Amino acid sequence: MADREMRAVYAQTLVDLGALDPRICVVEADLARATGTGPFAKAYPERFVNVGVAEANLVGVASGLSATGKKPFAATFACFASRRAYDQFFLSANYAGLNVTLVGTDPGVTAAFNGGTHMPLEDLALMRAVPGLAIVEPSDPVSLEAAVRIAAASDGCTYLRLQRKSAPELYPAGEHFELGKAKLLRQGKDLLIVALGALMVSEAKKAAELLAADGLEATVLDLFSLAPIDRAAIVKYASASGRVVSCENHRVTGGLGSAIAEILAEEGVRAKLRRVGVGADQFGEVGTQDWLADHFKLSAPHIAAAAKSLF
Amino acid sequence: MTRSVPTAAAGQAELKELASRAKAIRIGCLESIAALGIGHIGGSMSVVEALAALYFRHLRLDPADAKAPDRDMFVLSKGHAGPALYAALVEKGYLKRELLSTLNKGGTHLPSHADRKLTPGVDMSTGSLGQGFSAAAGIALGLRMEGPRPDGSLRRCYAIIGDGESDEGQVWEAAAFSAHYKLDNFIAFTDCNKFQIDGSTDSVMGLRDLAGKWEAFGWKAIKVDGHDLAALDGAILEARAVQGKPVMIVLDTVKAKGIPAFEGKAESHNAAFVAADLEACLKAMEAEEATRG
Ligand SMILES: Cc1ncc(C[n+]2csc(CCOP(=O)(O)OP(=O)(O)O)c2C)c(N)n1
Repeated sequence: MADREMRAVYAQTLVDLGALDPRICVVEADLARATGTGPFAKAYPERFVNVGVAEANLVGVASGLSATGKKPFAATFACFASRRAYDQFFLSANYAGLNVTLVGTDPGVTAAFNGGTHMPLEDLALMRAVPGLAIVEPSDPVSLEAAVRIAAASDGCTYLRLQRKSAPELYPAGEHFELGKAKLLRQGKDLLIVALGALMVSEAKKAAELLAADGLEATVLDLFSLAPIDRAAIVKYASASGRVVSCENHRVTGGLGSAIAEILAEEGVRAKLRRVGVGADQFGEVGTQDWLADHFKLSAPHIAAAAKSLF
Repeated sequence: MTRSVPTAAAGQAELKELASRAKAIRIGCLESIAALGIGHIGGSMSVVEALAALYFRHLRLDPADAKAPDRDMFVLSKGHAGPALYAALVEKGYLKRELLSTLNKGGTHLPSHADRKLTPGVDMSTGSLGQGFSAAAGIALGLRMEGPRPDGSLRRCYAIIGDGESDEGQVWEAAAFSAHYKLDNFIAFTDCNKFQIDGSTDSVMGLRDLAGKWEAFGWKAIKVDGHDLAALDGAILEARAVQGKPVMIVLDTVKAKGIPAFEGKAESHNAAFVAADLEACLKAMEAEEATRG
């Protein structure tokens, strides 16, 4: 299926929603060109706000807008959305019981040429520690549109982890998505691969093919939302094979792999787990996305190798 | 809903009424802290008159409908002065008086720092300094997006920050933002009581000319004695008439105003305060009233 630029889908969905719901507004922090929300600014200039390079105020203003009944979508690079404005998002938005969608763009190695300073490898861990926060990382343009619609319909806060660049469509238009419901992309008896986000779902699918060529049949889940998490699906498929590989474009501490380890332990599932992700002791680096994905062992051959090490 | 707010300066009768409201807020706040035995008395006492002027003269709201959609909104960004706000909300009729003695007790609706989820009449949760002010700017923008009321009046957001709080970078991010977006429905106060936790603001982090800074950021700044109700009322009236920019009213205040043992002392920030201290305060107030006649 066709590739579509993810940020264009993000902006178009907001433009469509904005026509129906005057409460939708967009808040940017001098990265509107990167987020690609120009079409929204053009369609609804009075509902488009740029706070300048001021991420604390980005989240503060979005929280204030929400206190007056608006539904703000605030965006910046995921490193700043999480590390720099964490206290603001935690308290002014989440603790205060408001309705803010914080969009973190360029997650993990997709920050590529912006390098280590800009490489969010801990945003999921930070966000997972916020009570009640929905954390969504869509894997394709169709699930992204669904994620934006879910966030707009929600009364609470959402962290939307957004890979901006083009991604292939994995789902037919209009496919239904729900928070806490993973998508089963492939079913196999030998192991479970759980992946999150466009880069890792695509690598996980490729890895499943590599494994199939070697006679190993993998179940592949596209998790869609990290919180709430699809506990039932993880327990079901992990129990069936006793082997699990988690795939995240994130450091292995505190994110997807950790969440799965918690579930396996709590539910008493007898399963071995390999966490594919950036190493616990590694910071980000600069390079092309492909070079980084290989360097940090996120790409399909590494996922396949991790899977084989379970046997 | 308060149908309208005054457009002319308070006369003698109104000022007398304001003074008695301020007194009730001061005493209610001290009673709640005394019921606990410790609290943020310094920064609560310094904002009492500002709260009285806001809640009993200038805020358009409806205690019977705390979420009335066309109300003015208020953010106590220095959220640790919550006890003063709660006393004002009691006096205004949002909360039952009995609640005051539950301050900071497990399960209370009156936590140390203002909380919009717990307390009717509180518009924003605050406590991490700097954040409330930035949210207040967002509120002002959101209220402006809603447009004026049917009677043409602006829906306004009011906020109070501390002079120590003004060390926070987020305050100045929001300062630039509010001026850039010409939020003339945003009226804020700096409670300039000259102290923060570790000492005087001059010794800890001297911010020099605050009013000048606000002017430089594109705000209208007004300096006023924060305990003089007539002057406060006049400053808010003046601020409401300003067009095209937000207004910062810099309040010259005394930390722990009204508590002789603590007035103007850094130790008053979060201090032990028990029934005997309350009694001494009430006596001092009586004596002062008697000398004033
Ligand atoms: C972000 C943040 N840092 C530190 C504190 C702890 N704190 C509470 S009050 C205070 C001093 C505030 O000084 P000021 O704004 O002048 O308050 P006031 O004197 O009016 O009580 C500090 C540092 C806090 N609440 N929030």
